[in-house]
Amino acid sequence: MIPIDEVVALSRLQFAATAMFHFLFVPLTLGLAWILVIMESVYVMTGSPVYKDMTRFWGKLFGINFAMGIATGITLEFQFGTNWSYYSHYVGDIFGTPLAIEGMMAFFLESTFVGLFFFGWDRLSRVQHLLITFLVALGSSLSALWILIANGWMNNPVGAEFNYETMRMELTSIVDVIFNPVAQVKFVHTLSAGYVAASMFVLGISAFYLLRGRDTAFALRSFAIAAGFGLASTLSVIVLGDESGYTAGEVNKVKLAAMEAEWHTEPAPAGITVVGWPNEKEQRTDYAIKIPYVLGLIGTRSADKQITGIQDLKKEHEVRIRNGMLAYAALTRLKGGDKSPEAVAAFDKLKDDLGYGLLLKKYTPNVVDATPEQIGMAVNDTFPKIAPMFWSFRLMVGLGILFLFIFSCSFYFLIRKQLAKQRWLLRLAVYSIPLPWVAIELGWLLAEYGRQPWTISGVLPTHLSASTLQPGSLYFSLAGFLGFYTFLFVIEMILMVKYARRGPSSLHTGKYHWERLEAASTDTTAKA
Amino acid sequence: MFDYETLKIIWWGFVGVLLIGFALTDGFDFGVGMMLPFIGKTDGERRVVINSIGSTWEGNQTWFITAGGAIFAAWPLVYSAAFSGFYVALMLLLFSLFFRPVGFDYRSKVADTRWRNAWDWGLFAGGFVPPLIFGVAFGNLFLGVPFHYDDTMRVEYTGNFFQLLNPFSLLAGLLSVAMLLMHGAAYLQVKTDALIAERARSIAKVAGLVTVLLFVAGGFWVAFGIHGYRITAMPDANSAFMPIVKTVVTANGAWFDNYARWPAIWAFPIVAVAGALLCVVFSAANKAMAAFLSSGLCVTAIILTAGASLFPFIMPSSLAPNSSLTIWDAVSSHKTLGIMFWVVVIMLPIILLYTTWVYRVMRGKVTLKHIEDNQHTAY
Repeated sequence: MIPIDEVVALSRLQFAATAMFHFLFVPLTLGLAWILVIMESVYVMTGSPVYKDMTRFWGKLFGINFAMGIATGITLEFQFGTNWSYYSHYVGDIFGTPLAIEGMMAFFLESTFVGLFFFGWDRLSRVQHLLITFLVALGSSLSALWILIANGWMNNPVGAEFNYETMRMELTSIVDVIFNPVAQVKFVHTLSAGYVAASMFVLGISAFYLLRGRDTAFALRSFAIAAGFGLASTLSVIVLGDESGYTAGEVNKVKLAAMEAEWHTEPAPAGITVVGWPNEKEQRTDYAIKIPYVLGLIGTRSADKQITGIQDLKKEHEVRIRNGMLAYAALTRLKGGDKSPEAVAAFDKLKDDLGYGLLLKKYTPNVVDATPEQIGMAVNDTFPKIAPMFWSFRLMVGLGILFLFIFSCSFYFLIRKQLAKQRWLLRLAVYSIPLPWVAIELGWLLAEYGRQPWTISGVLPTHLSASTLQPGSLYFSLAGFLGFYTFLFVIEMILMVKYARRGPSSLHTGKYHWERLEAASTDTTAKA
Repeated sequence: MFDYETLKIIWWGFVGVLLIGFALTDGFDFGVGMMLPFIGKTDGERRVVINSIGSTWEGNQTWFITAGGAIFAAWPLVYSAAFSGFYVALMLLLFSLFFRPVGFDYRSKVADTRWRNAWDWGLFAGGFVPPLIFGVAFGNLFLGVPFHYDDTMRVEYTGNFFQLLNPFSLLAGLLSVAMLLMHGAAYLQVKTDALIAERARSIAKVAGLVTVLLFVAGGFWVAFGIHGYRITAMPDANSAFMPIVKTVVTANGAWFDNYARWPAIWAFPIVAVAGALLCVVFSAANKAMAAFLSSGLCVTAIILTAGASLFPFIMPSSLAPNSSLTIWDAVSSHKTLGIMFWVVVIMLPIILLYTTWVYRVMRGKVTLKHIEDNQHTAY
């Protein structure tokens, strides 16, 4: 029994909410871990105590964040099974593997050594402890690799084939799955984005101390490392932007066309619409400001490959849906007991379009009796709404350009030793702390909403992927997540802000601002 | 390299290893968490208890995460049916687990009694509820749970959460709590001293005896009061087939079929009882490490008993016995099992190596003095 629309919608809402919530904490873990490695490396190489203090202070903030990353991550590991059980059955043969490898290779590494990071200072040599920090950073980045291989496969399901006997997709090539170009691009892009977020976090908080004129030596060095790491990461995130991945795989062509509101196939190389008002009803973009050639160049990395427009893609989809109906009929024949060679051959020829046929299940359980009207609706289903894609993309890129500006200016003024005078830049850095998170969540919206109506592009529609649950169960779990996550988030933010404001004085070394202030006032009182 | 049938058996072993690894490591973390508000009477004492597991608990929990991932990779039908079927139970499990990472890190960051006490109870919940739920879930596997498949292999679970709370499964839940309480109490004898270790000794003795009681009672119940499942016909184990094509019957005492066929596995329940009793004896004799090794042996043997009794079943279906999930038909493809085999063979020894190293670095007792000297860095 296919889950009802309400259950599918609630399951989507829950997955989106819990995934986006988890991804509030992951980028900081990814980037800050490497920033800690950099800081601690300088400490080990120079012996300068301020760098040890930096490692330990930013490490405290890392810990506050890491705890939430762990808590919210378990939810996702479960949720494929709890809420997407048909999906888990249908593609588990391929999808489960990178998740299991993520556990064995990455989670164990970061989780086993993170305790030593906090508690091993007095039991390890300097080099040993630095190695620990490095392994924590390596573990978290490896975690991103494997989960993005899994997510990349959702978007471009290579190396697998449908087996009608077991009614699921089965692995044909692990090499194809691991080296999936979509996965590669996503990995570098997402990792870089995390590094940008962590850099802005350290930059902004350090700028706050500099604006207040406290713990300046500490803040300046932290600022410098963040500026350098941030500049490199921002360049990486923009240049190795995700767009180049979008020519790989059929459904990514949909995403690219949607993001650009590319209604028609333009002659190559296509121009980019910088801004405009996508008009879905009329299938055009009003008030468009275009730059010629740019989209073709960055989207296809070529001057002569076309970017297929929405209308042409929809025509292709209609063909595939009709083929899918035939594929479904052939499959029904096979499952009815006719295992003759011609029945098998007939299905084999059409099975790549089976997924498109399954889109019709939303309108008719039999698929093969779909009316032209239903086919038309299914064709429209193959596209997400254009406006959210169009604007999310532009906002994300706009923010990326802002980050480039901030990190470039920071780097420049640092080198010129004129940073302290640029109060406008310091204030901008403070206010920009949350912005990388906005860009990141927009990126995920593009990636995941842009993949609709599929959970596995071209293979399994979302509306078939959900578990057959009672709506009551969903309301129960949603309420639980809302309650617990809100509660934990408020607490985490209170602690994070408390420690960020306190600064390195929270290390209780006696050397930093609040402690020196306290010491000075007790001196005065003593003297008086 | 291995044929499909062999890989299916190996994977039963691997999942067992991961679950045992989970129970042995995160198991004592749960036990310690359960004891926290009771065994620690002052803030300092509670911090000692928390820090006894503070530096290693996260690595321990990863056995659980990895077991889940491995079940997804190797037994996707089980992952799919069990996680969605036990939906409410899994959500409750998840919610109780939330308290742990934040509890450990945030608890001592504010010097307020009510704040700290609240997190201590949160850590209690995170230590008590998961073993209870695991035990209840495992108990229900012995009874079978109501699910079936349609012709697209879509699973439908027709039971609800409250049906899981039947008497036998609740016994299994209590057994799970008792055995991990014993294990946690043994651990605290190794990792702490003075008053806390003293209290842990007392708890270990009681928990060990309760474990034996519940385990033996459970054993008799399974032998005489529960219909086990038995495969009567099945395609070649070396082939890929859907659960529904085999024939399964239920029969009184069928969960003891394997003991008749391979009498050597009687060793598992015997070692389980012996291990618990030895833990009691060594605790009384103030031999902490011996007590801990004994409790570990007991926990391992209890899980092996359960797994060996159910073998080759993983998740029997009370509604449609033929649809029961077994190690023969709940599996991934031959190719996937083969690839994952090599991943485990390579990664598991590496994991064990560095985990052992971390425990060695953090060896030694956690004392009140240590907490006082490290007020601001300890948990």
